[in-house]
Amino acid sequence: MVGTVLATHALTRDFRGFRAVDGVDLAVAAGTVHALVGPNGAGKTTLFNLLTGFLRPTSGRIEVGGRDITGLPPERIAGLGVARSFQITSLFPMLSAREHVELALQGRGRLGWRFWRSAKLLGRFRDRADELLAMVGFEELAEVPSDALPYGRKRALELALALALDPVVLLLDEPTAGMGLEDVDRTVDLVDRVRAGRTVVLVEHNMSVVGRLADRVTVLQGGRVLAEGAYDEVRADERVITAYLGAPDAAG
Amino acid sequence: MSVATKSPSLVRAAARAPRRLRWALLVIGLAIALWLPNGLYPAVAVDMLCWALFAVAVDLLLGYTGLLSFGHAAFWGTSAYATGLVAIHLGVPFPVAVLSGALVAAVLAVPIGYLAVRRTGIYFAMVTLAFAQMIYYIANNRRGLTGGENGLQSVPRELFGLDLTDAYYFYYAALPVVLLGLWAAWRIVNSPFGRVLVGIRDNPARARALGYPVHRYKLLAFVLSAFIAGLGGGLFAMAHRFVTLDTLHWTTSGKAVVMVVLGGIGTLWGGVLGAGLLVRLEDWLSFSGFEAVGLVTGGLFVVVVLVFRRGLWGTAAELLRRRSGLRRVRGGEQG
Repeated sequence: MVGTVLATHALTRDFRGFRAVDGVDLAVAAGTVHALVGPNGAGKTTLFNLLTGFLRPTSGRIEVGGRDITGLPPERIAGLGVARSFQITSLFPMLSAREHVELALQGRGRLGWRFWRSAKLLGRFRDRADELLAMVGFEELAEVPSDALPYGRKRALELALALALDPVVLLLDEPTAGMGLEDVDRTVDLVDRVRAGRTVVLVEHNMSVVGRLADRVTVLQGGRVLAEGAYDEVRADERVITAYLGAPDAAG
Repeated sequence: MSVATKSPSLVRAAARAPRRLRWALLVIGLAIALWLPNGLYPAVAVDMLCWALFAVAVDLLLGYTGLLSFGHAAFWGTSAYATGLVAIHLGVPFPVAVLSGALVAAVLAVPIGYLAVRRTGIYFAMVTLAFAQMIYYIANNRRGLTGGENGLQSVPRELFGLDLTDAYYFYYAALPVVLLGLWAAWRIVNSPFGRVLVGIRDNPARARALGYPVHRYKLLAFVLSAFIAGLGGGLFAMAHRFVTLDTLHWTTSGKAVVMVVLGGIGTLWGGVLGAGLLVRLEDWLSFSGFEAVGLVTGGLFVVVVLVFRRGLWGTAAELLRRRSGLRRVRGGEQG
């Protein structure tokens, strides 16, 4: 058994009397692709926001590489090598794709504080930025403001941004949401390529994507862990089928 | 690809004015700055310089960090008093006094900014306003130091024994300080730091996810802005040779914001234009004995905001781009 790189212990988050995440224990093994699935409102995105510091847990603990990161702000967690993509594309509308990736690469050094230096210094990231953009299939349009990019390119840029942080743990929130079949295939191939040397946690609705990528699947429902195991095990689980399709008697 | 109509080089060209044009504008701007006190009453020209720095400082926050400070008079006025006190008690050359005033303003900006940048939008504006009001009342009460309602009088204007009593000569002595301040603002905006600021302005959550401590970046922007506003305030004290409570009043903060909006938010040089215009207009109106100055400047403000939504500089830049047959792709809204 490989070590656990990301773990939660009894992680709970309340919103005004509504418990979105309820005592979740999660253990993500290093080097695996771990998928979080579940119906809408199961708490997947809340869990993601807790893991990346965008929300503070009501109770419970989060550990990365054995270190307690509960309550750290997002920028600190990112600095520890946990990078995320956003479910709803979250970019800087005025910046081009290359400028995005340069900004992400710059974040790891102290260059961002140099208000007395020229922005031309960012040119030093250009080769690495272009490399990352090529990796996500971004050969052209690198200089167009992200506002003007088609949807598929924006999603690819999301991935490039997360990869630019060279993360130990890569958290992908529905990377194939709203994509056509061709783009879904491309994204699956890409995740397959970049998983080498990292751990990937994936929120995904598309079960075929989960089947192709995930080593392990955690099913959430109503903020709780309903089932966990390999894809085939989980798919055959009675409780999971019920959660997705409704109770067997109700379904006839 | 579906956006093939917008080729990358075209977009890049639309985003920034051509190099040659930018140099031409710089030369024209410098020429105007050198000629100004010959065409205007020199004291008015000096006022324009001071307010230009103030407006640019406000735009650094409003246009490039997305923070509307409604209390920047705190830094302008504090620097004015500090500059005056340094000049009175130490008798140093006036640029040294102005620099120390600006430093005092920057130091004051650390605690105020630390608390204020935790809020955004209207709440940020209210917090900065509240602090500025506090400074105003402190200055009013500490009469021994500030002279209270009488103000700080007879501030010496010293520069290696040169005679600067004539505003015409003081203008040229002050111009290098102003150009230095404007250059600093331009450098900040076009630095790696400036790039992060624009990112924070447009999408703070994403900036945090990329590892940027957003509050600390905003705080540094706030302090730098206070320093530049302080340069303007210090020069203003030197220009008038006395400092009044007006420099700390909330209407002073408002005037700087109006200048930025007139010139164009997020254009940097628009603030200079707005300052020049408003100072000139106010002087002309009061000189011609018109009582309701605010009525005219307020009316102008309404017209500019309604007709030129990007401000005068922003709209001019937009027209220029259109004329070269390039579509503006940057910026969210439609012209």
